Amino acid sequence: MIHSLFLVNASGDIFLEKHWKSVVSRSVCDYFFEALERATEPENVPPVIPTPHHYLINVLRHRIYFVAVIQSEVPPLFVIEFLHRVVDTFQDYFGVCTEAAIKDNVVVVYELLEEMLDNGFPLATESNILKELIKPPTILRTVVNTITGSTNVGEQLPTGQLSVVPWRRTGVKYTNNEAYFDVVEEIDAIIDKSGSTITAEIQGVVDACVKLTGMPDLTLSFMNPRLLDDVSFHPCVRFKRWEAERILSFIPPDGNFRLLSYHVSSQNLVAIPVYVKHNISFREGSSQGRFELTLGPKQTMGKAVESVLVSSQLPRGVLNANLNASQGTYTFDPVTKLLSWDVGKINPQKLPSLKGSVSLQAGAFKPDENPTINIQFKIQQLAISGLKVNRLDMYGEKYKPFKGIKYMTKAGKFQVRT
Amino acid sequence: MSTMQKLLQLPVNAVNMVKNAQGIGQGEEEALSPVTPDGGTQNWYNAVQPEELRHLRFGGGGGGGEWSEEHPVQEEGLTSVQTQPLRHDDLKEMLDSNKDSLKLEAMKRIVAMIARGKNASDLFPAVVKNVACKNIEVKKLVYVYLVRYAEEQQDLALLSISTFQRGLKDPNQLIRASALRVLSSIRVTIIVPIMMLAIKEAASDMSPYVRKTAAHAIPKLHSLDPEQKDQLIEVIEKLLADKTTLVAGSVVMAFEEVCPDRIDLIHKNYRKLCNLLIDVEEWGQVVIINMLTRYARTQFLNPNVNESLLEESGERAFYASDDDEEDEDKKAEEAALPKRKPYVMDPDHRLLLRNTKPLLQSRNAAVVMAVAQLYFHLAPKAEVGVIAKALVRLMRSHSEVQYVVLQNVATMSIKRRGMFEPYLKSFYIRSTDPTQIKILKLEVLTNLANETNISTILREFQTYIKSMDKDFVAASIQAIGRCATNIGEVRDTCLNGLVQLLSNRDELVVAESVVVIKKLLQMQPEQHSDIIKHMAKLIDNIQVPMARASILWLIGEYCEHVPKISPDVLRKMAKSFTNEEDIVKLQIINLAAKLYLTNSKQTKLLTQYVLNLAKYDQNYDIRDRARFIRQLIVPTDKSGALSKYAKKLFLALKPAPVLESPFKDRDHFQLGSLSHLLNAKAGGYQELPDWPESAPDPSVRNQEEVIDSSEGRIGLLGDWRESGPPSSTLLEQSSGAEDRKRGRKAVKNQKSASESESESESSESEEEESEEESGEESESDTDIRKKKTPVSKQPPKQSKKESKKETQEMSLLDLDDFEPTTATAPVTPVNFMSSSLVSDLEGLSLTDSILAPTTIAPSGSIKMYELLHRIKGEGLAVEYCFSRQPFSPDPNMVAVQIQFTNNTNSETKNLHIEEPKLQSGMRVREFSEIEVLAAGDSVTVVMGIDFCDSTQAANFQLCTHTRKFFVTIQPPVGELMTPAFLTENDFKKEQENLLDGKLMGMNEISEKLSLGEKCVNEHIIVERVTATANLSRVPCGSDKECRFAGKTVSSGCLVLVTVATKEGVGAQLTVNCEKMVIGTMLVKDILQALSQ
Repeated sequence: MIHSLFLVNASGDIFLEKHWKSVVSRSVCDYFFEALERATEPENVPPVIPTPHHYLINVLRHRIYFVAVIQSEVPPLFVIEFLHRVVDTFQDYFGVCTEAAIKDNVVVVYELLEEMLDNGFPLATESNILKELIKPPTILRTVVNTITGSTNVGEQLPTGQLSVVPWRRTGVKYTNNEAYFDVVEEIDAIIDKSGSTITAEIQGVVDACVKLTGMPDLTLSFMNPRLLDDVSFHPCVRFKRWEAERILSFIPPDGNFRLLSYHVSSQNLVAIPVYVKHNISFREGSSQGRFELTLGPKQTMGKAVESVLVSSQLPRGVLNANLNASQGTYTFDPVTKLLSWDVGKINPQKLPSLKGSVSLQAGAFKPDENPTINIQFKIQQLAISGLKVNRLDMYGEKYKPFKGIKYMTKAGKFQVRT
Repeated sequence: MSTMQKLLQLPVNAVNMVKNAQGIGQGEEEALSPVTPDGGTQNWYNAVQPEELRHLRFGGGGGGGEWSEEHPVQEEGLTSVQTQPLRHDDLKEMLDSNKDSLKLEAMKRIVAMIARGKNASDLFPAVVKNVACKNIEVKKLVYVYLVRYAEEQQDLALLSISTFQRGLKDPNQLIRASALRVLSSIRVTIIVPIMMLAIKEAASDMSPYVRKTAAHAIPKLHSLDPEQKDQLIEVIEKLLADKTTLVAGSVVMAFEEVCPDRIDLIHKNYRKLCNLLIDVEEWGQVVIINMLTRYARTQFLNPNVNESLLEESGERAFYASDDDEEDEDKKAEEAALPKRKPYVMDPDHRLLLRNTKPLLQSRNAAVVMAVAQLYFHLAPKAEVGVIAKALVRLMRSHSEVQYVVLQNVATMSIKRRGMFEPYLKSFYIRSTDPTQIKILKLEVLTNLANETNISTILREFQTYIKSMDKDFVAASIQAIGRCATNIGEVRDTCLNGLVQLLSNRDELVVAESVVVIKKLLQMQPEQHSDIIKHMAKLIDNIQVPMARASILWLIGEYCEHVPKISPDVLRKMAKSFTNEEDIVKLQIINLAAKLYLTNSKQTKLLTQYVLNLAKYDQNYDIRDRARFIRQLIVPTDKSGALSKYAKKLFLALKPAPVLESPFKDRDHFQLGSLSHLLNAKAGGYQELPDWPESAPDPSVRNQEEVIDSSEGRIGLLGDWRESGPPSSTLLEQSSGAEDRKRGRKAVKNQKSASESESESESSESEEEESEEESGEESESDTDIRKKKTPVSKQPPKQSKKESKKETQEMSLLDLDDFEPTTATAPVTPVNFMSSSLVSDLEGLSLTDSILAPTTIAPSGSIKMYELLHRIKGEGLAVEYCFSRQPFSPDPNMVAVQIQFTNNTNSETKNLHIEEPKLQSGMRVREFSEIEVLAAGDSVTVVMGIDFCDSTQAANFQLCTHTRKFFVTIQPPVGELMTPAFLTENDFKKEQENLLDGKLMGMNEISEKLSLGEKCVNEHIIVERVTATANLSRVPCGSDKECRFAGKTVSSGCLVLVTVATKEGVGAQLTVNCEKMVIGTMLVKDILQALSQ
């Protein structure tokens, strides 16, 4: 399956290589570099590149290309999903997944890769098992290791792989037993010129941070589970129980994990929490264009819209922008033509606006396209779909855990066409 | 074995070798370097040098894997020649030291070198000595090094083999596994026999984890030495029969790499794989599903065989997958094609579809895609729809995932457009999507366009045309063109829109529009001569060759529609001929030829001029074309017969091009595969076979089906039992674990049986057949296929069976058949007395001890309850049942039989009960302490509880030597009584007594009920009642009435039950009992049992 892995940074250098079968020369990456050159944007590199003897499957995360070399037929998603899992693991271990972090921890990276694949076939990809095998580096541990000469590799033999619940470590102990659940919903929407919604969907996830002693068995129920149209679960969730009773019953992994992701059916009307009034116009022959933007809250269920960030890719002919923001700051990058406006919180009494003029290249034609406006925002303590957790119960252990549930709504891919 | 012996002696020789190698290290290296796979050349060494040196000079301070920056300036003074002999000496020194910390440090730096792709092969002798190091991390890093370089240093690598051979014998399974893993990863041909031996041994290891590793090792060995294939296939065959989820994924992977064509190995394991699938780890699921897709294509019939004969165009949209709807569909189709033999889905085919469906909910995109392709290739048309939602969900994922999913959706949407129509808006394009995603989405949108949604789609397309991403705009224009050709209604609208685009400032947009317009005009040129004129004007401005060529072709082709303009265009083109691109030149020649034929008066000279220019062109294509055309159109004395037909040749009516999706017909590749994505066969791709004309013999899949549950995982479906109680119509075996699994099976089987029944009536005959079969065979034949039919037809047979003594014996024999195959230690058969048996044999004298072992198990008479789940109990599973035996130490107690199963790897000691918390009056007689319960063992004990004739739970603590668990036993009301043997007269007398004695009516509870579908005869009623409550049957004159009697265990109150059946399904249930609460509850329970 997966033959080798090369890590390539943004400037096109291979900074790590790992082979699971016999060694494949790094010159195979030349085909990848060719494709990289052809692609106008970094994300336009085709994920699968055929070469005379190999196939290269790559993913781009954190400005690093993870290029896997395979030699024969294998489902491409298999490799892609695995590579993403590798990145997630790195992120889990090092906090960030950057070139520097990988270089600093190259030995741990190598040990991880060694455990994750055997002869190119995934072996242990559960973070809980890996952490039993290889302890994540922390500052304290690094210091201790340097002094005492002890190692990062788990002393005892890992039994997690053999357990009936492979996603959970055995012998977990905490002094404070806590279970936190974050219900995060994202609104994906396309709003057309006139302000009417072309398409809007809500995608949500329930992320959990569970720090409970022993082998707890949790059940989580929703007030309105029928809202969930399409769901996908962490393997720990008992599917039949969900099918029958719409209750999430599971023995949680230790630590952070994504319990559930869901889609709220598109038949339901989606509340759009912000509106945009815009007037962007360029006149023929003139080197100036008008630019006006006003934001306002729409259906927010009485909650404040925060961390609002507006960005827009202006046409290539635009030279500069002279704008006035009633609130927050704006920046315009004359090279990439990217305008971004950090609005902050929307005050319903005094709506934030960005007004002014944009200057065009002299003699250039009026751009025939209008820019799309991308909006990001956050609303705390609100799940826009109305989903509510009913209760969380724990069985199998005697202590009383501390339970917490947080709701949040965010903009996903929220675009306004002008 | 000579090689083996050689190897065992090897270490002595090898030590010498090490010395030599160290001595000649550098010389060897020089020779090696040009051939190292890194392509390391001398230049490359120079580049490396400074870095390695830095460690030397600064003592290599800092943590392992430190990344030094290169300072070429600093190193200027040193030449590579000088530094060469010093290479890695410090590392060697560190590796030779006694301190683990130094060794570790050195290994870390070496691994960092490997990671960067630097050559560290000269350190091999120094590293390999540490293979037996005590420090685990050093050991692991040595393994990393060894696996990387063993291939290059085969002789030295042999040094390490003995360490691994020792590891293979280690009592710890994890060490055995890791030894095998590294041993098999060393690609040294000489150890092939050792590997083979190790794999064979590991394949029959006790630990499933080691067996999994053995499965992983198979492809490694196969790639090292393909000649071992036959032996490896034997190992694969053996491992395929393995019943643990841990092994399943890995062995199928090995199967796919070594012998994917040996489909015959799968037959016997097919059903097991289907059933295990849900619990297999996600990567294994992908591999198994893909393999099963191929398997199913060879073994089952095409479920859409009837539809594919119908017109494909009459596609209907199917979104739901409800069974009723499907049935309706089927019926409708059958009605439409009365002559065709109705299609009956093989139950195994159904099993696969049903067991994969929940995996659509997996978090792993690869699993979802695998299931989606399985449904696309195997499911009846009406059911394919379920995958759309899951695929649309994947579109939220990373862009690479989107890319692959969209490719597959594009292929699917051509075949099954209806499936994705409801999700049309999910494919709308955002300006932030990468271009390659945009283009794929556009493809899908185009495929989904039809008469009803075209207006929305075109409105979307209009927005796209204004995008800043020009490649995307070009693709949008082509998409509009395709919509216009496919949907006649919007052709004119599209054409007008495209013509407007001709005045766009961006040349690429114009060019693309021209190309598309050309194709559209070909469909109806007469009406559009003004557009052609407009385009003729454009020729002055457009520079894009393809567009110019298109315009010229249009003018030439329709020169009769624009007779005045065309000669002028030719004039212009003749002028610029030499500067044109090749494709334009060819079209100029074509235009000239066509004009010469239609309007030779005006264009004769121009044509000759053009042809003369072309004659001396650099491109041979153009020269050839010119020569050919001159001969054809200019009449000379030599010109042959063809010139007469020149006009016909050039101005023949040409069919309009069909604009097709590039994804058309890609579905002959298995979806989700690499080959599909590339639209070319990738190495190792296994063709998806066509459906067979007639199904091969399905009986090849029959096998002994016993699944060892002790190693199963709790996956998505793990707790079937919680949602569906074990089927009560199957024979229950004594082992608790067995019961559970079989219960699971039974639930599934029942479903499938009813499904297959509803699918077609013709399955009826088949059913009867198999019923006969199973009538002859024993009841506990575990084969699903045969089992399935008896399930629905059980009732009559059951009665037959019980009337015959022979069959009872037979079931005893089968019990024996069963036991050796179970992995959990066999449990002593439970001695229990079936009350229905008691009633059947009432006339005889009863002696428990004789009859007990020959008990038949009428449906669900013994139901296991869970006392402690094995997860909560940390591997200790406890189940209990009410054995219905009198509890000899105290007749007022209910006997509770408790079964302990130890699923852990260690012994559990001192199992006993502590601190019963009981309601007042209740008493417990504990079982004697179990001193030791070995790993994997089960033991059964009996304890007595006096529930005081109430259904209050008995709470107590179950203690092991380490832990205490709070557990609860709650008896169903029916277990609180023992059978009482009365005659008909006694029964009536007692009943009257009860009624007369005290308050009338208080002691009698009567309820009307309608019997459930399956309660067709008296026997079933008896069975159901006795299963619910521990009562005995009272003989009765009337065949419309069934009577039962019992006493409560604790106080000995009589309980009398009468079930009087009426016409049809109606019945009357009467319970007489002094204890009102018990009476009421009993009525409730019996009512439920009967109306099911």
